[in-house]
Order: sequence, then structure tokens, then C-alpha cells
Amino acid sequence: MVDATPRMERDIPPAEVPELELYHPKSWWTTYVFSQDAKVIAIQYSGTAVAIGLVALVLSWLMRLQLGFPGTFSFITPEAYYQFITMHGMIMVIYLLTALFLGGFGNYLIPLMVGARDMVFPYVNMLSFWIYLLAVLVLAASFFAPGGPTGAGWTLYPPQAILGGTPGGQSWGIILMLVSLILFIIGFTMGGLNYAVTVIQGRTRGMTLMRMPLTVWGIFTATVMALLAFPALFVACVMMLFDRVLGTSFFMPALVEMGEQLSYGGGSPILFQHLFWFFGHPEVYIVALPAFGIVSDLISTHARKNIFGYRMMVWAIVIIGALSFIVWAHHMYVSGMHPWFGFFFATTTLIIAVPTAIKVYNWVLTLWRGDIHLTVPMLFALAFIVTFVNGGLTGLFLGNVVVDVPLSDTMFVVAHFHMVMGVAPIMVIFGAIYHWYPKITGRMLEDWMGKFHFWVTFVGAYAIFFPMHYVGLVGVPRRYPEMGEAAFMTAPVDNLNAFISVAALVVGFAQMVFLFNLVWSLRFGKEAGPNPWRATSLEWQTPTTPPPHGNWGDERPVVYRWAYDYSVPGAPEDFIPQNDPWPDKPATRAA
Amino acid sequence: MSVILVFLTVVIGFSFWWLFHQKVMEKPWLEHGVHTALPETDVSGMPTAKVALAVFLAVVGSLFALFASAYFMRMDYADWQAPPLPRILWVNTVILILASIALSCAVRAAREHRREMTRLALVTAGLATFVFLAGQVTAWRELAAGGHYLDVNPANGFFYLMTGVHGLHILGGLVALGRTMVKAWDDDVAAEQLRLGVELCAAYWHFLLFVWLGVFVLLAGWAGDLLALCRQILT
Ligand code: HEM
Ligand SMILES: [Cu+2]
Repeated sequence: MVDATPRMERDIPPAEVPELELYHPKSWWTTYVFSQDAKVIAIQYSGTAVAIGLVALVLSWLMRLQLGFPGTFSFITPEAYYQFITMHGMIMVIYLLTALFLGGFGNYLIPLMVGARDMVFPYVNMLSFWIYLLAVLVLAASFFAPGGPTGAGWTLYPPQAILGGTPGGQSWGIILMLVSLILFIIGFTMGGLNYAVTVIQGRTRGMTLMRMPLTVWGIFTATVMALLAFPALFVACVMMLFDRVLGTSFFMPALVEMGEQLSYGGGSPILFQHLFWFFGHPEVYIVALPAFGIVSDLISTHARKNIFGYRMMVWAIVIIGALSFIVWAHHMYVSGMHPWFGFFFATTTLIIAVPTAIKVYNWVLTLWRGDIHLTVPMLFALAFIVTFVNGGLTGLFLGNVVVDVPLSDTMFVVAHFHMVMGVAPIMVIFGAIYHWYPKITGRMLEDWMGKFHFWVTFVGAYAIFFPMHYVGLVGVPRRYPEMGEAAFMTAPVDNLNAFISVAALVVGFAQMVFLFNLVWSLRFGKEAGPNPWRATSLEWQTPTTPPPHGNWGDERPVVYRWAYDYSVPGAPEDFIPQNDPWPDKPATRAA
Repeated sequence: MSVILVFLTVVIGFSFWWLFHQKVMEKPWLEHGVHTALPETDVSGMPTAKVALAVFLAVVGSLFALFASAYFMRMDYADWQAPPLPRILWVNTVILILASIALSCAVRAAREHRREMTRLALVTAGLATFVFLAGQVTAWRELAAGGHYLDVNPANGFFYLMTGVHGLHILGGLVALGRTMVKAWDDDVAAEQLRLGVELCAAYWHFLLFVWLGVFVLLAGWAGDLLALCRQILT
């Protein structure tokens, strides 16, 4: 326990009368289980997300086994394969990435980084987690329900999603999926209100918006977007639930199934697609913006340089957030839209690439002539940039209607979105965990295991998804467990498919090393001290590490500068913490 | 999807306006020191609960804007057949307006520290709201009695769905109103605190009234005419 708060010379009136009693939980239960401490909630969110994420990982192995060695595993029927892709996709996108970035990192970092004691509504925050947990349990329950989970694809397109021909369509699978999503959205809204309002209202003195670390900007913007976009999924889910359970026909056209006229009639499947993608595209950025923010901070800290073009970075985040609401229909080029619309959405899609490209340039310029420390977090941050550029470039191809139409629903698309929203954000999550683990636990993660984890994951991810582009160009369609009589199509890439599958298994096992590292370092990791990376932002300046409930001891910090004062000429050290008034008074840091 | 886009334009426009007033043009790397003009803890000077309510209402607004968007898109199909509008909806609308007015009175009374009056206005608003909900249920039963069940036509589906979701939001509001009433009867609660609670309730009620008027216009089928009018003006 080191005192890291510099003394203040100037006379500053106390910012508030802290209600410190509030932050002394009464019992074991309220400390660790029904905790209202954002940091504990963050761990709970992350733990749950990782647990269900492991299920999605195992499902991806099973799918790869089927694709690489079709016919070898008799238990992977086509129905099972559909169920696997659906659950894999949905879990990865919503229950893992969204929950981890916003519920996990948002909860842990926002209050600490803006100098607050906690979220503004701790009780609602706690409820948010428990509803999320319930959503995850409902989702997991569908594996055990009669008929198994839904196999409708993560996009859940009607009418097939609720028909008998799709696994889970006429049994419990789809119902549980929809209920789980509705619960998730309710839980998220509770949390999201907290994250947004804490940034607006909870900042400590001196913390202007433009002094916030980009991590907070990213999570904040993503939260606002999610608050506005998730209602679209909510509406879609409720209406589909009505169609399935109460027999309405919002999305269901008149249908003949097995020679029998169904009671549905007159619904519009396209309506669902609009609602789904009105949520679905912003969702990509809901995952990406926090990653953008976090990676900016990782790069700046580990290259000991201020972030290049901070203002531009902030604006880019906000503009991307706003623009991403008017591009949704680029997921529907093949749904028979008016060419004029196609043109409009292709244009907006390409425009969004501009602020995104600006961000990439700024990261590279931040690295330029930096004092780059190849720590594990930095390695992951670099891997993110490479992967994101890679995935972004194929995105530019797919954003054009003429290119997208032939490539739609091939493995090329699968490769594209795994690069850009699968691998890239996951890299940031790993980097962020290596970066903040010392603050959370007080110990460093073991370095050699980290390096091993990094290299296997990075090289492995490319071994999986790089060849997959080619597989898609050859014409192998997406969501096909095997090719049957069209097997001649896959023949040229059969070996490649097997190779990809082996790589996927290897990458998967490397994650076990990571999990082991997380547990092992808890006991045996090196002591970290309060600020092992010598970083400037507030979370590293807490009086105690790990920070207790209430974060700041008796007084909240006062902020004198932005978060990127690295290698400032003349400063006593190569970083100046945000709460350091230098040069007004040379800091007397004990650490 | 035009309704939601218009709604989002308003929200995003407002956010940009707000950001603009947060000195996003500043160059943080040049400045240094505590900003004196700045921000004590409550950055905007607004009570946190009000900011939170505003954000929440943006979410609710987006929800209903999406329902409206879906309604419009679905409406264009040939088989669309709207159910007859139950007469009682007119009465319900008036009652909900009354509830809103009562809450406005409550706000005024709370600002003037008139406890008795505040209590009376709160109770009136609560009762009126209950009557509104009962009226909505009656409207449902009227429709069902006429054979206009949920699953007969998508228009019916939208009717039940939108009134239902709106009703649920009102129910949630009633919980908050109940808690405010408890405060109003507790003499230990400071006048300021009560005022905040009453103001929040009032804002929520006005918003839901506004949403209801929108839903009502949709369900009454005037929206189509309105739209046609807009198109005519535009072309
Ligand atoms: C070890 C890493 C991963 C592997 C090996 C993997 C593999 C796969 C495979 C084989 C498919 C099915 C392709 C098809 O037949 O259509 C798939 C689909 C999908 N994956 Fe992954 N995946 C991985 C990680 C992720 C991550 C991190 C995400 C997070 C965004 C993700 C999101 C998705 C989505 C959204 C789908 C589409 C599901 C659908 O078509 O309904 N995956 N993945
Ligand atoms: Cu998109």
C-alpha cells in the first residue's frame, strides 16, 4: 500500500462530503455476491461472460471438426451443426463481447478513470448483473431443453426461425433464445444508464470531457449507441415471440409447410431484417469502439508517447458512433432492395471508413519513434491494429454492392467478420486483461505464459482465418455443414479446411494456458505495486492496490492534465499522472 | 424506418449540441491546472437523477419510435386491416391528460412547499392513471368481444402490443409515483428531496402522455393520412 496521491499546495475546497459509510459493506454476502461495488460487478460480469464464451469456443471446435473432416463425427448432424453456429455466433457477439466490454471493462474502468467512487446508481448496477446472469442461464438452458437450442443462425431470420424445419423452431429453443435476449437487453439498459450517466455526472474535479482517457470515450460512446440500438433488437424479439407463441403474423407470411397451410399470413420477413440490422450494425461498433479506446491507451502507455491527435480520435469515435446508425442495410443487399437504396448504403458504408482510417493512422503515428516496450499488452495491441486493418480492407470490398452480391453467404464473409469483429476485439480484450490485471489483483500475470499465449493466438488466428478468405473465394458457402453432391466444390480446398480446423484446435488450447495463467498468477504472480506500467491515468493512482470499495480513500483525486503526458521534456519522470500538478509543485511521489 | 431516423436525428443532434458545450474543441495537451470554471462533482449542475431520467427517456423514445417504424412499414401491405378504434380510447386519453395536469400541479405545489396540496395532486394523478389503465383493459376487452383478436390481423397485433408496452411503462411509473407518495407523507423528508421526486414523476408522465398521443394517432389510422399529406407537400 503506497500513497500515490501527490499533496496539493493550492487551497482547494473539498469537492464533496463523501458518504464514506456507504462504501463499507456489511457482510460477506454484500461484499462478494450481492455487491454494489462496480469493481466486483465488473469481475462478476467478466467471469460470467468468459464462462459462456468458453461454451462458444467449444462449439467452434465442433464446427471446425465437422468442416475439416466431414462425415467423421456422427454426432454432428446437420441439425446439430446449425445449432452450433447459432449459439456460437450469438454468444460470441452478445453474451461475450458486449457483456465483457461494457459490463466488464465499463464497470471496472469508468469510475476509476473518471475519479468517481462508484457508479451513480450502484443498486441498479447490481441488478443489471443479476439480470444478465439470468439471461445467460436461460440461454444455457436451451441446450438441455427438449429439441435443443435454436438453429436459426445468429441472425434469427424469420420465417424459418420459428418453423418446424429449423432445430428448436417449434420446440423450446427459439423461445428461450428470444427470452434470453429480452432479458439481456433489460439488464444491459440498467447497466448502460449507469455507465453513461457516470461519465456525464460523476467525473471528479478537473476531469473535463477532453481530459478523459480514450478508453472512457470509447466505452461511453458505445454505451450510448447500445442504449439506442438495443431497443431495435428488443422490438424484433418481442414481435417474433408473439408470432411464435401467440400466433400473430408480424413477420410471418402465408406459408405452406409439408403440404399444410399454416395459420400465419401477411407478415413481412424483411421488416425483421430491418429491425435486426438496425441493431446489428451498430452492434459491430458497440464492440469496436471500446476496443478502439482501450487500444489507444495501451499503445500510448507502452510506447511512452502521447496519443497522436487526441482530439481527432475523440471526434472520430463520436462520428463513427453517429454514422453507424445509417448503414444497416448493407447487410441486406441481397434482400431485393431498390438499387437506389443499395447505392445510398454503400456510400455511407464507405464514408464510415474515413474516420476509421484516421484512427488507424493516428495509432501508427503514435507508435512512430515511440519508446516501444514489447510487453504482452503491447503485443496484443499491435496485433489488433494489423488484424483490424486486414478485416477492414475486406470490409471495403464487401461494402460495394457488386462485390458483395457474389460473395454474400460465402466463407469470405465469415473470414471478414471474424477478422474485424472476432479476432480484433478479442486481441484487445487479452491486451487489456494483461494490462489491468495488476490493478485488479495486485499481481502481474506471468510473462512467459503471456508471450506464449500471444504468439500462438496471433499466428494461430491468422492460420485459421487467412486461408478462409480463399476458401470463400473458391465459392464454399457459409452455414453448410458439408457439401454432399456438390463436394467437388470443396475438393480443391479440402486440405486447407483440415488445416484450418487443426489450427482452431491449437488456438483453443492456447486459451487454456491463458486461463491457467489467470488463476496461477493470483497466488504466484510477481507483486505489481500500484503502477507497474508507469501510466498516467487515474486508476493507477489509487491510494491502495487493489482499490477498495469507494476507490479513493478519504478524498477524491483532483485532475490537472490530460491522460497522455508521457515523456514530457523537463518532467522528473517520463510520465506525469493526471492528478499531478507539476510544474506547479514538483510531485512528491513515494512510489 | 423513417420515424426512428427522425427520432435519432433529434437525439444525436442534441448530443452533439451538448458535446459542443463541453469544450470538445479544446486542446487538452496545451492546458494544465484545475479548471476553475469547472465542474464540481455534479458536472452539469443538474441533479444526477434528472440526467438519468433524460437518458432513460431517450431509450424509451427509441423503443416506441421503432414500434412506429415497424407499424408504418407493415401498414403498406395490401392485407392491412386496422381494427375499429374503441371509443373508450378517447376517454382514456382525456384521463391521462388529467393525470399529467395533476402532476404539473404537484410540481408547482412542491416548489411552493405546500405539502397538503402536493399530496392531493399526487393522489389525483395516481388515481387517474389507474383509471387510464383500467380503461385500456376495457378497450382490449371491447376489441376481443368484437372478434378482433390478437392473431387475426397484424394491425390487431400492433394494437395490443403497443398499448401493452405503453401500459407496462405506465405501471413502472406507478411504482415510482408510489415511492414519491411515501416521501410526501413522511414529514422527515426534506422539501427539496420531495420536489425532485415529484418533478421526475411529472417529466415521466408528460413523456408517456406524449408517447400515448403518438400511439393513439397511429392506431386511429390518421398517421396514414398525415403521411400522405407530407408526401404531397414534399412532391
Ligand atoms: C477460435 C476462434 C473461432 C473459430 C475457430 C470460429 C469458427 C466459426 C465457424 C466455423 C463458424 C461457422 C461458419 C459457417 O459454417 O457459416 C463461425 C460462425 C460465426 N462466428 Fe466464429 N469462430 C471463432 C471466434 C469467433 C468470435 C470471437 C466471434 C465474435 C464476434 C465469432 C462470431 C461468429 C459469428 C457471428 C458467426 C456466424 C454465425 C451464423 O452464421 O449464424 N466467432 N465461427
Ligand atoms: Cu454492418
